[in-house]
Amino acid sequence: MSIKLEHLSHQYSQNSASSRYAIEDINLTIEKGEFIGLIGHTGSGKSTLIQHLNGLLKATGGSYTFDGEDVYAENYNMKKLRSKVGMSFQYPEHQLFEVTVLKDVCFGPMNMGLTEDEAIIESKKALEAVGLSEEYYEKSPFELSGGQKRRVAIAGVLAMNPEYFILDEPTAGLDPVGRDRILNLIYELHRERNMTIILVSHSMEDVARFAKRLLVMNQGHLMFDAPPVEVFRHKKELEEMGLSAPETSYVMEELHKRGFSVDLDAITMEQARDSILQAVKGGKAL
Amino acid sequence: MNIIKVKDLIFLYRKKDENGEVVQEIRAVDGVDLEVEKGDFVAILGHNGSGKSSLAKHINGILFPTEGHVYVNEKDTKDPAEIWHIRQTAGMVFQNPDNQIIGSIVEEDVAFGPENLGVPTEEIWERVGRCLKAVNMEAFRESSPNKLSGGQKQRVAIAGIMAMEPECIVLDEPTAMLDPRGRQDVISTVHELNEKKGITILLITHNMDEVIGADKVFVMDKGKVVMNGTPREIFEQVEKIKSYGLEIPHATELAYQLRCKGLPLPKDILTREELVEAICQLN
Repeated sequence: MSIKLEHLSHQYSQNSASSRYAIEDINLTIEKGEFIGLIGHTGSGKSTLIQHLNGLLKATGGSYTFDGEDVYAENYNMKKLRSKVGMSFQYPEHQLFEVTVLKDVCFGPMNMGLTEDEAIIESKKALEAVGLSEEYYEKSPFELSGGQKRRVAIAGVLAMNPEYFILDEPTAGLDPVGRDRILNLIYELHRERNMTIILVSHSMEDVARFAKRLLVMNQGHLMFDAPPVEVFRHKKELEEMGLSAPETSYVMEELHKRGFSVDLDAITMEQARDSILQAVKGGKAL
Repeated sequence: MNIIKVKDLIFLYRKKDENGEVVQEIRAVDGVDLEVEKGDFVAILGHNGSGKSSLAKHINGILFPTEGHVYVNEKDTKDPAEIWHIRQTAGMVFQNPDNQIIGSIVEEDVAFGPENLGVPTEEIWERVGRCLKAVNMEAFRESSPNKLSGGQKQRVAIAGIMAMEPECIVLDEPTAMLDPRGRQDVISTVHELNEKKGITILLITHNMDEVIGADKVFVMDKGKVVMNGTPREIFEQVEKIKSYGLEIPHATELAYQLRCKGLPLPKDILTREELVEAICQLN
């Protein structure tokens, strides 16, 4: 059970003078149950890449195999692919349109062919998962706060029970409380349902905290594909790509230069804290 | 001298039903008093719904007080005769760059504001050149805004506001939709305008690391200003700021966690360099 991209490329304005590659020669296998972070600055090709994964864009070169089947074969069932690979776009709340929360969430599953009753059951489950109780069912999505709207939009994808869930900057524009709620929700989906997560983020701290594997896109190419710890060792290359390492890893680097034996691979707040404590207390009793 | 003075400001959003009857009143701003000195860099923090955007929209007359007053350069925003003057004094930059750009070429977009103010053509072009230079976007003068990144668009939006020569710019989460490099570019542009041109800045943000360089910080919660002080004074009150659903800068957070574990670090650490220095002092 996997997503497999081989030499995947997407060329805009093919056969014209202004032709250019949005992504080029991407080789990537995503197994079920992974938690993947995807980073890259604006225009790096990360959005183009994820739009291939659920079939919104068709590659101009290379192949895409999903669960062993060729997605670009003539008789391939795209609808099935889209129901298995769910996607939440940037600012998904801009796409809410129904008159009530419950109806909005039902749209996806009904579109997939579920009956209204079945769709309602799935939608209620999805709304429960995102922490919106019954009192919200009949509200207009437009009455809700930004964070709540975003959870409705995420429920709309969850109600289709995807196996893979791609989230394009799900926390952009939210305040710290709203952001943590969404991130914890994503982590629960991963842990409890073994859902495969592909999290696109601009926050190095967030991917350091949650992702087991980190993909880095730059100028249409996949530059890194490794655990976050390994990727964040390449500070200089990341900075050249307009990215960075988590703030804590710069603190570790600086302390190391000043003679402390701290762990340079500490990329989360907790790891940094523990490593500094050990280095300081190990040196001298305080 | 005060450029902005907010006095006993109350703002109610009134939700009405089909018959125009008020069914719900939300106190978005609930008794705010604050003053901003000319030339200051002020940050306003608060979680979503805390009233900070509603407050900001009063400063250039997008919203008007339900009760109380807002004065810009000592002119009351409620006075219709002064509204043009006020909007010229206080420009506003919003979150989404795509909603703010209207020109089909960068220079036209920047020229729109001054043109609207009736500035003579020659001076408009002079301002456009100067403002694009100030935000480091000169090279894109004749580009289509569609081809720019989010951070570049946001800098064009800032140039467009600058071209109206406001004394004060209010920025409502200008970096929320940008990637790390875009954020950095916008924030350093804003600091430069403040330092070199003396433009008063009001920056509304969720990103605590963007607040470090401010002269003054106001924290809002439930429509009220609940904390105010320098970044150092604000962020050393870790528990209090967290109780308002906010965070502290990364270095401050790490220092706080180390302090909780018994390391005697000072409370007022804001930057990476200060943290490293303080840890070195321990040995």
